[in-house]
Amino acid sequence: MDSSAIVTVLIAMLGGAIRVSTPFMFVALGETLTEKSGRINLGLEGNLVLGAMVAYAISFHTGSPWLGVLAAGVAGLILGALHGYICKLPKVNDIAVGIAFMSFGTGLAFFFGKPYIQPSAPRLESIPLGNWTGNPALAQALQVNPLFFVGIVLAVAMAWALRNTRWGLIVRMTGDSAASAKAMGVSVDLVRFLATAAGGFLAGIGGAFLSLYYPGSWNQGLSSGQGLMAVALVIFARWNPIRCIFAALLFGAAGAIGPALQSVGISQGYYFFNAAPYILTLFILIASASSKGAAREAPGELSITK
Amino acid sequence: MTLSTLSRRSLLKAGAAGLAATALPFGFAKAQSPIVLGAVYVGPRDDFGWNQAHATAMAILKTVPGVTVIEEENVPETDAVSQSMESMINLDGANLILATSFGYYSPFVVDLAKKYPDVQFRHAAPLWKEGDPTNAGSYFCYLNQAHYVDGVAAGLSSPTGKLGFVAAKPIPSVLSNINSFLLGAKKTNPAATVQVIFTGEWSMPVREAEATNALIDAGCDVITCHVDGPKVIVETAEARGVKTCGHNASQAPLAPTGFITGAEYKWSTIYSLYADLLAKGEPLPNFIAGGYHNDMLQNSPYGAGATPEAIAAADAAIAGLKASEPIYVGPLKDNAGNVVIEGTMDNYDPVLDGMNYLLEGVVGSLT
Repeated sequence: MDSSAIVTVLIAMLGGAIRVSTPFMFVALGETLTEKSGRINLGLEGNLVLGAMVAYAISFHTGSPWLGVLAAGVAGLILGALHGYICKLPKVNDIAVGIAFMSFGTGLAFFFGKPYIQPSAPRLESIPLGNWTGNPALAQALQVNPLFFVGIVLAVAMAWALRNTRWGLIVRMTGDSAASAKAMGVSVDLVRFLATAAGGFLAGIGGAFLSLYYPGSWNQGLSSGQGLMAVALVIFARWNPIRCIFAALLFGAAGAIGPALQSVGISQGYYFFNAAPYILTLFILIASASSKGAAREAPGELSITK
Repeated sequence: MTLSTLSRRSLLKAGAAGLAATALPFGFAKAQSPIVLGAVYVGPRDDFGWNQAHATAMAILKTVPGVTVIEEENVPETDAVSQSMESMINLDGANLILATSFGYYSPFVVDLAKKYPDVQFRHAAPLWKEGDPTNAGSYFCYLNQAHYVDGVAAGLSSPTGKLGFVAAKPIPSVLSNINSFLLGAKKTNPAATVQVIFTGEWSMPVREAEATNALIDAGCDVITCHVDGPKVIVETAEARGVKTCGHNASQAPLAPTGFITGAEYKWSTIYSLYADLLAKGEPLPNFIAGGYHNDMLQNSPYGAGATPEAIAAADAAIAGLKASEPIYVGPLKDNAGNVVIEGTMDNYDPVLDGMNYLLEGVVGSLT
C-alpha cells in the first residue's frame, strides 16, 4: 500500500466518522441519560427506526426536513415515555419491556412506512467545511451535517450538567441509589420517566439523521441494528457523554475501513474488514471491562449491575 | 409443554396427510383443483429493486381463477425460509412455492422438495439441474445481458472510463453482471475499467452509501450496482454529481441529471407463462431461463446522463442481443491473468452459470 492509498483510506475513515457517527451519537447520548437515572432502555433501536420513518414522512408531506427532525424526536419521545411509564408499574423488568419496544417501534415504522419507501423526500443540507483544502475527497469528507455539531454540543452540555447542576445530581442519585433519592424527597419514578422520555427523544432525532441525511432514504433495512450497537456503545463509553462521542466516531471510522480498502485495491478479506467495527468494539470492551474503574462507573441501580 | 408439542405435531401430520390425499391423484392435472401459491421474498415487496420486480409481476398470478396467492416478505436466507415454506404448505395448504431469493435453494428448497414430493417448488435462480428433485425447478432472467447494455452506454457516457460497481455478494449471477458490464463498456471504450466493492449483504444502506462514496473518491464517474434496493446508491451518486446505471427496477426518477439507463427484469413474462399453464392445468417446466431474445429483460428509459452516441450504441447492443449476439467472446482472462474463457460462449451456456472469476479490467477480488 503506497502513501496515497493510505491517505485515501484515512480520508475515507475521517469522512466515515463524520457521516456515520451521528445516529450512534444521539442514541448513545439518549441511552446514557436513561441509564444514568438507573434504567435501561434496550428499545432505542425501535425509536431510531420509527424516528427515521416519521422524519421521512413528515419531510415528504411538509417539504421541511427540519420539521421532520422535530417530528422524529416527538415520536421517539412518545415511545420513550411509554417505556418509562410501563417500567414504573410494579414488578416490570425494564430489559424485557425494552425488547418489546424494539419490536413495537420497528413494526410500527414498517407498517406505516410502506408508502414512503418509493417517494423522495427533501433532505437535510450539509455545511461544506472542506472547500479550502482543494482536495475533492477531503472536501467531501468534510461535508458536515448540523446535527453532528448539535450532538457534540449536547454531549458537552450533558456531561457538564450531570456533574455541575442540581438536576444532574438528582439524575445521578436516582441512578446510583434509589433509597437515597427517596430519602431526599425525590420521586425516583418521575426522574426515570423523564430521563427515558428524553432519551427516546434523542434516539428519534438519530433516526431522522439516517433517513434525511445519510444514507438519506427510508427503507426497512435502513438501521440494520445501529440502535442496538449504540446501546452497547454506552457501556463501552462507560456512561460518559464525552466518551460516547469518541466511541461513535471510532465506530463510524471503523465502518468506513471495509469499503475504503476495496476502493484502493486491497480487496482480499472484505468480509473481515466489514466486521472491523464489531471486532474493535469487542476488543476495547474487553480491555476496558477488565479495569477496576469500569465497575465503579456503572450506575448502581441498573438492573444488570444489581 | 408435552401436550402442546404433541398436538402441534399431530396437526402438522394431519395437514400433510390431508394435502397428500388431495394432491396425489390429481396434482396439477385437473384445472379445477385449487392452486395455493406461496411466494417468499427476502425483503420488502416495495424496495425499488429485486423484491418489487417480483411482487409486481406476481400480481398477474393473482388474476388467474382458482389460484390463491399467499405472500411472506422479509424472510432471511436461513432455516427461517424452511419454516415459512413449511407453514405455507402445512397450514395454508400451499401446493406451489415460489422462492424468490438466491440463498433459498440449497439446502432449504431442495430438502423440502424431497420431504413434500407433492408440492411444486420453483426458485428464481439458475440452480436446478438434472438429478435435483423433479418437483423443484428454476426460473431465471439473465440480467447480465441488460447490464451489458448498461456497460455499452456507460462506456460512451463516462469521461474517464473509470466505472464503479457496488455489489452485494460474489455469487455467479452478480459476477456475471459485473463482467458483462465491463465487456459492454470495453465494446465502446476499450480502456474502460470497472472497480467493484462488495458489501457482503443484500441490503445494508449505510455500507452501500459508504461504498458509493469510496468509489467516487477513487475517481469513478459512473456508478452501478447489484444490491436488492439500489435507491440509496443511485441517490448518493446523484447528490455527488456522478452518473448512474440502475438495477432491478427503473431508478430513473431518482437521478434526473445523471441517470444513463438500467437493467430490469421482466418476470411478468415468466409469471404470465406460469399463469397460463396453471389455468390449463398443465405442469410447470423444471427450468426456464431467458433474456433479451425471448422478452424477459428490458433496459430502463434513457436518462439525461446518456449521451446521444451512448443511446445509439445501446440500442444497437439490444438489437444484437435479441439476435443472440454473444457477450463472452474469447479468449478472455480473469483479473489474475488466467485464461478463463477459451472460445466464444453462447449467452445461455450453462458453463457461465458457474462463473467464479472477475475478468481482466475489473478491479476487485472475490474473497
